[in-house]
Amino acid sequence: MRHIISILLENEAGALSRVAGLFSARGYNIASLTVAPTEDPSLSRMTLVTSGSEDVVDQIRKQLNKLVDVVKLVDLTENKRIEREMLLIKVCAEGGERDEIKRLSDIFRGRIIDVTERAYTIELTGDGSKLDAFISVIHPRRILEVVRSGVIGIARGNASCVPDDRSSCLNSNDPAA
Amino acid sequence: MELTGAEIFVRCLRDEGVEYLFGYPGGAVLHIYDALYKQEEVKHILVRHEQGATHAADGYARSTGKPGVVLVTSGPGATNAVTGIATAYMDSVPLVVFTGQVMTHLIGDDAFQEVDAIGITRPCVKHNFMVKDVRDLAMIMRKAFHVATTGRPGPVVVDIPKDITAHKTDYVFPQDPSLRSYRPVTDGDPAVIRKAAELLLTAKRPMIYAGGGVILGNASSELTELVRWLGAPCTNTLMGLGAFAATDPLFVGMLGMHGTYEANMAMHECDVLLAVGARFDDRVTGDLDKFCPNARIIHIDIDPASIQKNVAVEIAVIGDARLVMRELLAALTASGRRLDAPALKAWWHRIDEWRGRHCLEYDRANTEVIKPQFVLETLYRLTKGDAFVTSDVGQHQMWAAQFYKFDRPRRWINSGGLGTMGFGLPAAIGVQLAHPQDTVACVTGEASIQMCIQELSTCKQYDLPIKIINLNNRYMGMVRQWQEFFYQSRYSHSYLEALPDFVKLAESYGHAGLRVDKPHDVEAALKEALGQRDRLVFLDFITDQTENVYPMIAAGAGHHEMHLATDRELA
Ligand SMILES: Cc1cc2nc3c(=O)[nH]c(=O)nc-3n(C[C@H](O)[C@H](O)[C@H](O)COP(=O)(O)OP(=O)(O)OC[C@H]3O[C@@H](n4cnc5c(N)ncnc54)[C@H](O)[C@@H]3O)c2cc1C
Ligand SMILES: Cc1ncc(C[n+]2csc(CCOP(=O)(O)OP(=O)(O)O)c2C)c(N)n1
Ligand SMILES: [Mg+2]
Repeated sequence: MRHIISILLENEAGALSRVAGLFSARGYNIASLTVAPTEDPSLSRMTLVTSGSEDVVDQIRKQLNKLVDVVKLVDLTENKRIEREMLLIKVCAEGGERDEIKRLSDIFRGRIIDVTERAYTIELTGDGSKLDAFISVIHPRRILEVVRSGVIGIARGNASCVPDDRSSCLNSNDPAA
Repeated sequence: MELTGAEIFVRCLRDEGVEYLFGYPGGAVLHIYDALYKQEEVKHILVRHEQGATHAADGYARSTGKPGVVLVTSGPGATNAVTGIATAYMDSVPLVVFTGQVMTHLIGDDAFQEVDAIGITRPCVKHNFMVKDVRDLAMIMRKAFHVATTGRPGPVVVDIPKDITAHKTDYVFPQDPSLRSYRPVTDGDPAVIRKAAELLLTAKRPMIYAGGGVILGNASSELTELVRWLGAPCTNTLMGLGAFAATDPLFVGMLGMHGTYEANMAMHECDVLLAVGARFDDRVTGDLDKFCPNARIIHIDIDPASIQKNVAVEIAVIGDARLVMRELLAALTASGRRLDAPALKAWWHRIDEWRGRHCLEYDRANTEVIKPQFVLETLYRLTKGDAFVTSDVGQHQMWAAQFYKFDRPRRWINSGGLGTMGFGLPAAIGVQLAHPQDTVACVTGEASIQMCIQELSTCKQYDLPIKIINLNNRYMGMVRQWQEFFYQSRYSHSYLEALPDFVKLAESYGHAGLRVDKPHDVEAALKEALGQRDRLVFLDFITDQTENVYPMIAAGAGHHEMHLATDRELA
C-alpha cells in the first residue's frame, strides 16, 4: 500500500543522504521525496511517499526513526490528511488552441504564469490524481515539459508533526495564544 | 586558556576516560599525533594496518564493555578502517573512529588523500559527524561517545579536517551530550511485561533464546535468574555465548546452522519462546516457514527495528534486556504461580532424549591425525574454561563455539554478523591489552590468519603474550565443506597452496612458534604455550583436512532437519 510519511529532520548536511541511502541500501521503494527548511531553521521537513506491504512499511518507519538525524516521524496515511503536489507544465498554445488550453486550465483551477506567442506555462496544485487528470486531457504532442514537485502533506484537524517539546496554543495555557 | 583542536582532541579522550587509542598516523592527523606525543594519559597503540586498529579497538570493547577508540588518517587510512567499522556495526559494538580529513577549503577538490569518509561509512555506522568548526569539536566528540555506547551500541565515525586540529578555542568538557533526535527507550512497558509473564506461566514447553544483546546490555545475571526461576531450557546464539553459563544443566548449547541437535529440536517443539537480545538472524532461524511452528513468541529488544523484522512475534517488549528481565522476574514472582511442573518434567525428558544423540561426537580415538575438535577440547580443559577466546571465521570458529564452554560473558570474541576473516588476531590485541593478566587465545585458520598477519609485529612491540591456535587444514575449510556438500566436491580455489612456514614466520616477528602434527603431542604443546606467560606462542596444528562441522542445517531447511555427523550424507 502507498504511505505518505512526514519527517522532521535535523537541518544538517548529510541528513538527506542518510534517508536516501537507507532506501537504496535496504531496497525500499521511494515514489517521491520533498525537503525544505521549516520555520525553525535547525529543522527540515521531509515528506516521503513509499509503498510496500504493511511489514515492509513498518520496517521503513522503524529504520527511519532509528536515524539519529530524525527528530520526529508521522505516518500521515494512518489518519485523515491533506495532500498537495504542484505541477508546472509548458504547453504548446497556438492560434485557436490558446482559448481551449486556457479553458481547461480554468476548469482545473490552474493559473497561467508565463506566456509566449507559442506556449503557455501553467501552474496547478492538487493531489496527484487531479494533476494526472489534467495532464491526461492535454494532447501528448502539445506537452513541451512537465515538472512535478512530489507530494507534501499535513494531517487534518489539530494533530501535528512537530517536535515533542514544542509548546503551542493548543497545548499551553497561555491566554494570549 | 585556548587550546588547539589537536590538544582538545586529546583532552576530550582523557576526560572520556579513554585508556587506549588504536591508530596509525598520516598527514591529515599529524597535529593530533604531535599532541599525543606530549602527554602520557592516553596510550596510543600503533598497529600495522588500519583494519587491525578497528578490530583491536573492537576486541577491547567487546571484552570490557567500554567503547573502543580508533584514529586513522584521511584517504587510505579511512578506507582501510571500513572493514573493521562494518564488522563492529553488524555485531553492535561501540566504537568511536576518528578519521583525518583534508583541509576544509580543499574538501571536494579531489585533494591529496581525500575520500568522502562520511559518505563511505554512512551505511555501516550508527551515526557519523563531520567537524566544521573547532568550537564544535568537544561537543561532537562527546556526542559520538554518547551515541556509540547507549541504546543499541554501534560504531560512530568523526571526520576531522586537518585545519580544525590547528585552530584554537577554549576547552570545556561538555556536560550534557544529549540529542533531541536520539532518545533510546530502556524501560519496558509494564503492561506488556505483565502480559509476557502471563504467557510464560502458561508454557508447557518453554524455551529461552538469548543473544548478543544480553551481553551488550550486561544482563547475564538477570538472564540466569530468570531461566532458573522458570526451570526452562536456554540456548544462546553465536553472539550470545557466555550470556548463560555453558556448564549449567539448563543450557542446551548454541542454536542455528551449526547449533546442537537439542537446541534446535527444542526450538522446533517449544510452545512458548522467549527471545532476548537476539535478532532472528537467518543463520539461526533457517527456513522461516518452518521456524518454531508451535510457539507463541515473546521478544525483548532495545531496538524497535529488530522486532517483527524477520519473524512475527506476539508480545514485543522494547527496552534494555537487564531492566526488562528484572521487571519480568518481579512480575513472575508476584504472580504467586509457577510453571506446570509435570509438563516441564516431560519437556526435559524429551530434551534429554535429544541430548542422548551426542551431536558433537567426533572421532576421538584417532591417533594418526589431529582432530580440530580435540585441540579445542584440550584448550578448554587446560584453561579451565577461563580464557578469553577470539576467533577468525570458518570451521575453526564453529568448533571453538561448540567445544569451548563459556561460563561468563565477554570471553568469546568473534565476528558473527559480517563474518570477517582477519578479525581474530587484532581483536586479541585489544583483549590482551584490556586484560593483561589473563590468557587470551586466538583460534584461527591458515587462511584467516593471513588476512591480518602483520599484527604479529604489533604484538611484539607491546609484548602481548597471545596464544595463537592455528587449526591448519590447508583448506578454506568452511568453503571446502560447502563445495563438498553442494558442489559435488568441486574444490574451486579453496585449497591453500604455498602456505608460509608459520613457525619461522612467528619467529621472524620475534615470537615463539611450534608445529604439532600428532594427536598425542597436542596437550603438551598447549601446556607449553600456556606456560609461557610473557610471550606470544604461535601453535600451528596440522589438522585433519577433510573434517566437517556438524551438526548442520542446510540453507532453506528447518530446525528439525539437521544433519548429524553420523548421517554423513547431506543435501
Ligand atoms: C561461519 C558462520 C556461521 C554462523 N553460524 C551460526 C549459528 O550456527 N548459530 C548462530 O546463532 N549464529 C551463527 N552465526 C552468526 C550469525 O551470523 C549472527 O551474527 C548471529 O546469529 C546474531 O546473533 P544475535 O541474534 O544474538 O544478535 P546480535 O548481532 O548479537 O544482536 C544483538 C541484538 O540485541 C539487541 N540489543 C543490543 N543491546 C541490547 C540491550 N541492552 N537490551 C536488549 N537488546 C539489546 C540488538 O538490538 C540486536 O537485536 C554464524 C556466523 C558465521 C560467520
Ligand atoms: C574477508 C573474508 N573473505 C572471505 C570470506 C568467506 N569465507 C568464510 S570462511 C572462509 C575460509 C576460512 O578458512 P580458514 O581461515 O582456513 O578456516 P577453516 O574454515 O579452514 O577453519 C572463507 C574464505 C570471509 N568470511 N571473509
Ligand atoms: Mg583452513
